[in-house]
Amino acid sequence: MNFWEKFALLDRRIIFAFIFLALALPLFFTIHQPIPVSPEGRAYYESIENLPAGSKVLLSFDFDPPSSPELQPMAEATFKQLFTKNCKLVVIGLWPQGPQQAEKALASALKDPRFANKKLEYGADYANLGFMAGEDVVIQKMNSDIPSTFPSDYKGNATASLPIMKGVKNYKNFDFIINFSSGFPGTREWVQFCVDRSGSKMIAGNTAVQAPENYPYFRSGQLLGLLAGMKGAAEYETVSSQPGKGISFMGAQSVSHLIVMLFVILGNIAFFVSRRKR
Amino acid sequence: MRREIPLFITSVVGLIFIVRFFIPHEPFFSLENVSASWIQVIKAFAIWLGILNLLKVSLDKIYKKEKGWGYAGIIIVSFLAISIAGFFFPLWENRPAGDSYIEHARKFQYPGTSFDWFYTYVYAPLSSTMFATLAFFIASASFRAFRARSFQATLLLLAGFVVMLGSVPVGNVLFGWLPQGWQISDVADWVRNVPQVAGQRAIQIGIALGIISTSLRLILGIERSHLGGEA
Repeated sequence: MNFWEKFALLDRRIIFAFIFLALALPLFFTIHQPIPVSPEGRAYYESIENLPAGSKVLLSFDFDPPSSPELQPMAEATFKQLFTKNCKLVVIGLWPQGPQQAEKALASALKDPRFANKKLEYGADYANLGFMAGEDVVIQKMNSDIPSTFPSDYKGNATASLPIMKGVKNYKNFDFIINFSSGFPGTREWVQFCVDRSGSKMIAGNTAVQAPENYPYFRSGQLLGLLAGMKGAAEYETVSSQPGKGISFMGAQSVSHLIVMLFVILGNIAFFVSRRKR
Repeated sequence: MRREIPLFITSVVGLIFIVRFFIPHEPFFSLENVSASWIQVIKAFAIWLGILNLLKVSLDKIYKKEKGWGYAGIIIVSFLAISIAGFFFPLWENRPAGDSYIEHARKFQYPGTSFDWFYTYVYAPLSSTMFATLAFFIASASFRAFRARSFQATLLLLAGFVVMLGSVPVGNVLFGWLPQGWQISDVADWVRNVPQVAGQRAIQIGIALGIISTSLRLILGIERSHLGGEA
C-alpha cells in the first residue's frame, strides 16, 4: 500500500486534530484580511442607513445559544447602527431563549460609549416584549393585534403601558422589521406571514446553514437585505465600520476552510491514484 | 364521535384561516384571532407535554437500568437544578422592598439571577460546544464525500470548492490574480444567487404544493393519520 492509498483511508482523528489547530491558533493572532462585502450584506446595511431618524423597528430574536457565535455579532452591530440612527426598538422572541440573547446583545451595545452618554431609557427608546409560545401563529396574530399577543413585556410591565408601544396596533405601526433566525420559526415564516400580508419592509440575519433557503426572498425583493452566517456578520461590521467579533473570528474560519479544502484536494488525488492502480 | 369532533374542529379552523386570508374583514378577523389564541394555548401545553414526556422516559430508563441510564440521570438533575433556580431562587435574590414575591419571581431571567448564571455559564457554552463539534464532522465528511466519482459529484465538488473558499477572505487573497468581477467571492456569490436560488425555488414550490394538498386533505377529513390509530 503506497502513501496515497494510505492517505485515502486516513484516520478521521487526524483531520479532527488539524481542524482543532486551524480553529484554535488563529484566535491567538490578529489576521488582517480584506473582507469583500456581498450585495445582500451591503443591502442590509443600506436598508438601515436609509431609515429616517427615530424610526420604530421591530426585531425578532429566533435563535438559541448554539447559533449565537454566528448571529450575536450581527445582532450587536445592528443594535449599534439602529441606536446611532436614534431608532426606537421593540424586541420579541419566538424561541424561548431569544429574548435572553437579545438582552445580552442590548447590554453589549449599550456599553458602547456613544450610547452610554445618550442615557437611552427602557420603555421609551427600547423594550423587550419577551417570548411568546405559538411559533408561526404568533407572527400571524401580531398582524391584527400586537399588545394582545404580548400582554406583558420581559420585565412584567403591561405592554400597553410602555411609551414606545403608544399607538402600536400591528405591523403597519412599525417602519421596519429585522429578524435573526436559525430555523423554525424564522425568516421564512416572517416573510410568508408578515411581509407578504402586511407589506412590511424586512431584513434578516441567518446562520450560514439556513441562509440558502432565504436567498430567493432576497432576489424577489421580499427581503431587503440578508446576512449569512459569520461571514455575513463580518461583512456588516466592515461596511458599517464597526469592527467586532464577526471580523475577528473570520481568521479562524479562513484557516479552517483552507484546511478542509486542502484535505478534499488531497483526498481526490488519493482517490484517482488508488483507482488507476486498480 | 371521538373522531368526528376533532375532524370538525380541524375543518372549521382550517377554513377560517383560508377565508381570513382572502377576506380580511370581520367576523373572520376575530375568528382568526380566537383560533390563533387556541393554537397558542395548545402549543404552550405541548411544551409541558414534551418536558413531562422527557422526564418519564428518563425515569423509566433509570428504573430499568437501561443502557446509558447515567445520561438520563444527568437530564433529570439538570432539569431540577435549572427549574429550582428559575422558580425559587429569584424569591431570595436582591428583592427590592416594593416588589411582591410574584413580581420578583417573574424576573428569573434577569442578569445576575441564578437562572441567568446557569444560562450564561452552563447552558450556553455546552450547547455552543455541541454545535461546534459539527465543524469536525463536516471536515471529516467532506474529506470522504467530496470525491469526483461522476459528473454530478464533480459539479458538487467544484461548487463546494468555490463557495467554501469564496466565503472567506483568504479565497480572494489566494485567487487575487483573477480579473476584477471574476474573483472567487464573485463566483461564489453567483453560485449562491443563481443556480442555488433556482434549486431553492423549485424545492419551495414543491413544498408549497405538498402543503396545499395535505392541508386540503386534512380540512376535508380525507387525511386522518394525525388522529392516531389507522389512517
